[in-house]
Amino acid sequence: MRAVVTVVGKDKTGIIAKVSAYLSEKGINILDISQTILDDYFAMLMMVDLSGASEPLEKLSADCREMGEKIGMSIHLQHEAIFNAMHNI
Amino acid sequence: MFSTQDVLETINMIESDHLDIRTVTMGVSLLPCVRETAVRTADAVYDEVCAKAENLVKVADGLSAEYGIPIVNKRVSVTPVSIITAPFAKASGLVAKALDKAAKNIGIDFLGGYTALVHKGMAPYEKDFINTIPEVLATTDRLCASVNVGSSKSGINMDAVSLMGNVIKRTAEATKDRDGFGCAKLVVFCNAVEDNPFMAGAFHGIGEASPVINVGVSGPGVVRHALEGAPECDLTKLAELIKRTAFKITRAGQLVAAEAAKRLGAEFGIVDLSLAPTPAVGDSVAQILEEMGLECVGTHGTTACLAMLNDAVKKGGVMASSKVGGLSGAFIPVSEDAGMIEAAEKGTLTVDKLEAMTSVCSVGLDMIAVPGDTPEDTISAIIADEAAIGMINNKTTAVRLIPAPGKSVGDEVNFGGLLGRAPVMPVHSESPSKFIRRGGLIPAPIHSNKN
Repeated sequence: MRAVVTVVGKDKTGIIAKVSAYLSEKGINILDISQTILDDYFAMLMMVDLSGASEPLEKLSADCREMGEKIGMSIHLQHEAIFNAMHNI
Repeated sequence: MFSTQDVLETINMIESDHLDIRTVTMGVSLLPCVRETAVRTADAVYDEVCAKAENLVKVADGLSAEYGIPIVNKRVSVTPVSIITAPFAKASGLVAKALDKAAKNIGIDFLGGYTALVHKGMAPYEKDFINTIPEVLATTDRLCASVNVGSSKSGINMDAVSLMGNVIKRTAEATKDRDGFGCAKLVVFCNAVEDNPFMAGAFHGIGEASPVINVGVSGPGVVRHALEGAPECDLTKLAELIKRTAFKITRAGQLVAAEAAKRLGAEFGIVDLSLAPTPAVGDSVAQILEEMGLECVGTHGTTACLAMLNDAVKKGGVMASSKVGGLSGAFIPVSEDAGMIEAAEKGTLTVDKLEAMTSVCSVGLDMIAVPGDTPEDTISAIIADEAAIGMINNKTTAVRLIPAPGKSVGDEVNFGGLLGRAPVMPVHSESPSKFIRRGGLIPAPIHSNKN
């Protein structure tokens, strides 16, 4: 199962390090990563593989939200199906 | 594959523009629950709802977390109760209590289906059933009632219309300590649909599979946001923009509906392509119409704007879902839409204008507070007008009026939560009593004879 991790917020140091450390700790493999800076806002997108994940998606998603709140960013981890559904015919 | 922009667009829709799945509604047939007595039937009904919908809330919450999209309501609709309580209609309240208890036990928001279908005529047991509605709505919390009084095929049952004016007044009186809240759980329909996932009018039609999952999407805020980005577009382009937005919203609904059905071992019923507002700022159908270029909703041009919006939403949504049904259109409930409330308070939006608007959108005169001393025949006449629009135009129309006890124009009722607040709106004082008291059937229109 694949999921999309998005990190959006004011740019600061150590964001990628923090998020990727968490993912690696949970056994999640990063398949693809891209990032852009829009008007000082940092937007990172990761495609990740959850097949080796040590926790269910619901828990990972809640953890990410919590981690985002702590560092003042908006972090989401969502099943890729929602984006496929909305943006592909 | 999708781009960064696509992903961020989805997240913005959810975070800033209130995109959500408004409801995942499970339809459950109660036909297997019929027993010899009301008590035994009530027990069987309780068991059936609890068994079939036991995991509804858990599954919906799980999907919400996985896809990162809120699922606001989890609901159940059941077979019209008047059908299963026919031999002991006066004791239908027992089944009502069982349903309310089941709803609380499985943790759903509302359960719909305390319903009678009397669009052509009313059997004595159906009349007895309808007469239990005021007490049932006053003594239950999550149960919703509806009555279908007309259809394009059969005409309008004016005896039922007359009775419903009385039932609405009695329901308001029975819940007067809560501003007539019972009336917020009671809908009078013409051309009621059997797969509607939205409350208060949902029931599980006898032509449906069971259990079945019907999903209602929402997203007035998303449409408004899209229009904000196109201030100079002409209406052709605007319609195209609404279609594209509706497509994306509906695809999210389709995904959730299909997956929820799979996980619950239920049939995938329909996706209802509706724009359902909430009282939250920005989540308003009125504000979409204003974004289209009206100074205030209710002014001249409102009906045209709404007609275009409603049609574009359907066109975008139809392609996005394999099964479309329910009410599918823009909702204009006054108390649940911040923009409508404001326009009604200003006096720009009137009951007459709302009636005109209902001829081009779903569903009807919805969540409108009227003075507590409005005569029951006037309420019946408002229902008759609305049913006539539905009957002639082959569409669903509904009336959910709250004659707020002890309140008059200038006051407001406040139900809180998704039901919101509503200013008491004026109605005409001239009497339609003689017309209403004639009774009988308004015959079906000539264009209903298609065979």
